[in-house]
Amino acid sequence: MKQKIGLLESVAFSLIRQAVIYLPDDVKDSLKKACAEETSESGKRQLRTILANVALAERKQVPICQDTGTFSFYIKAGTQAENLGLVEEALVEATKKATLEIPLRPNAVDPFTQKNSGDNTGRFIPRVHWEIVDGDCLEITVMAKGGGSENASAVGLLVPSDGMKGLKRFVVDAVIKAGSQPCPPTILGVAVGGGADIAIDLAKKALLQPLDKPNPDLEIGGLERELLEAANMTGIGPMGLGGKTTVLGVHVDYAFRHPASYPVAVAFSCWASRRASARIHADGKVEYLTHKPQGGT
Amino acid sequence: MVTYQLRTPISEEDGRKLKVNDTVYLSGTVVTARDQAHRRALEFRKESKSLPVNLEGLAVFHCGPVVEKRQGNWVAVAAGPTTSTRMEAFEGEFIEAFKPRVIIGKGGMGKRTSDSMKKYGSVYCAFTGGAAVLAAQSIRRVVEVQWLDLGLPEAMWVFEVEKFGPLTVAIDACGNNLFADVSEMVERNRIQIYDKLGCS
Ligand code: SF4
Repeated sequence: MKQKIGLLESVAFSLIRQAVIYLPDDVKDSLKKACAEETSESGKRQLRTILANVALAERKQVPICQDTGTFSFYIKAGTQAENLGLVEEALVEATKKATLEIPLRPNAVDPFTQKNSGDNTGRFIPRVHWEIVDGDCLEITVMAKGGGSENASAVGLLVPSDGMKGLKRFVVDAVIKAGSQPCPPTILGVAVGGGADIAIDLAKKALLQPLDKPNPDLEIGGLERELLEAANMTGIGPMGLGGKTTVLGVHVDYAFRHPASYPVAVAFSCWASRRASARIHADGKVEYLTHKPQGGT
Repeated sequence: MVTYQLRTPISEEDGRKLKVNDTVYLSGTVVTARDQAHRRALEFRKESKSLPVNLEGLAVFHCGPVVEKRQGNWVAVAAGPTTSTRMEAFEGEFIEAFKPRVIIGKGGMGKRTSDSMKKYGSVYCAFTGGAAVLAAQSIRRVVEVQWLDLGLPEAMWVFEVEKFGPLTVAIDACGNNLFADVSEMVERNRIQIYDKLGCS
C-alpha cells in the first residue's frame, strides 16, 4: 500500500515538474512558426522573448512563468486498476511537495478569509476529474493554469435560434474582451451544448489537446479553423501589442443541450500552456506520454 | 523605433525622449509594487510619511516574484510582469507623489496614468508576460525587501538589474498609448470579422 501511494505520488510530482518547466513540443513548434511568420515588429519581439524564456527555463530547470498556476488533474482509471482510493491523496501530497521543492508560487487562497494555504492545496484544489475506462492502467494528466488566462474564461447562455452564428460571435467577443490579459498568443478551448457546467468543463479539458491534432470530425475541424482565423484577424497580437498572432490554436468540443438552452464556453490557455501526462501500468511500469522521464520533451 | 540602454535614476529629460514602440534595456534599480504596495504607499502619502525607498527616477515593476532564500540571501527565481490594469486606480496619483520614471508591467494602462505620465515625463513599458526566467536572469541582486508583512508577492522588492529587457515603450510622455491604439484597431476589425463569419 505504502509503495503504491509512493509511486503515484512520485509520478504526479514528476508530471507537475515537467509541466511547469518544459513546454510540450507542439506548443514550442507553434510558437516558433508564429515567430517566423509574425509581421508586426513589436509582435515578433514578444515572440522572440517568449522563445528565449522557454529555452532559458529548460536550461536552468526552473518554471517558465512565475505564476505556476493552480493544478487540475485529469484521471483515466481502468476498471481493473488497483488502489484508486489512494489517488487523490497522492495528488495532494505531490502538489505540496512540488510547491516546496521546485518551488512553485503558492496560489491557493480561501475566498472567505483571503488566507493563502501556502502549499497550493485547499478545498477542491487541486481539482481531480475522473473518467472510468477499460483496462488496468491509470493515466494521469496535469494541467497548470495561471490566473491571467483563467480570468478570461467566458460562459454564455445564448439564444438557441442564434445557433452557430451566436457561437462564433461569442467566441470573437471573448477574444476581444480578453485582449492582452491572458498573455496572447493563447490557445482556445470552445464548447457548445450541455448545461453551463458541462460547457466550461469541456472547454477547459479541450485545452489538453495537442495543437497539431485538429478535431477529426470534418465539420468541427472546419469550425476550429474558422474560429482560429477569425481570432487572428482581431490584430490583438502577441501580448496585445498588435500583430497577426493572437491565437495559436482552437479546440472545439460539444455536448447535447436542452431545447431551451444554448450554452457556449470559451477557456483560454496562455502561451505558457502547461500540461503533462503519464500512464501507470498494472505492473508498476510508468510510461510518460508527453515528456521524457527526466523532464525534457 | 529606437533602442535605448538606460540606467536609473533616469532624468525627466531622458524620459521625455522615449516614444512608443522604442525598445529599452534597463540597468539600475527596479522596485516591485502590486495593488497592496500601491495602496499602502498612497496611505503613507496621506499621512505625510516618506516611503522606505525613494522612487524618484527609478523603475516600478508590476510583479509578484518567486523568491528563494539561499544561504541567508534572497534570490529572485522568476519575476515576470503581472497585469497592470489592477494598478490603474492608483498609478496616476502614485506617479504624482513619488515620481518614478518608468512603470513596467503587462497589458497596458489607461487614461489617468497616461495623463500623469505626460505631466511628469514618465513612461510605461511592457515586458513580455510569462517571460519570468529571462527577467530573473537580469536581476543581479536583491538589494532589500520592504513591507514583507504584505506577503512575498505583494512586498516591495528592490532589485539591482542589468540590461533588463527588451522592454517596449507602450505609453510615452506625449500621451501616446500603444495599447489604446491596438484596441481602436481591434474595434474596427471586429465588424469585418462579424461580416466574414456571417454573424453581424
Ligand atoms: S497568463 Fe500565463 S504566461 Fe501570463 S503571467 Fe499568467 S501564467 Fe504567466
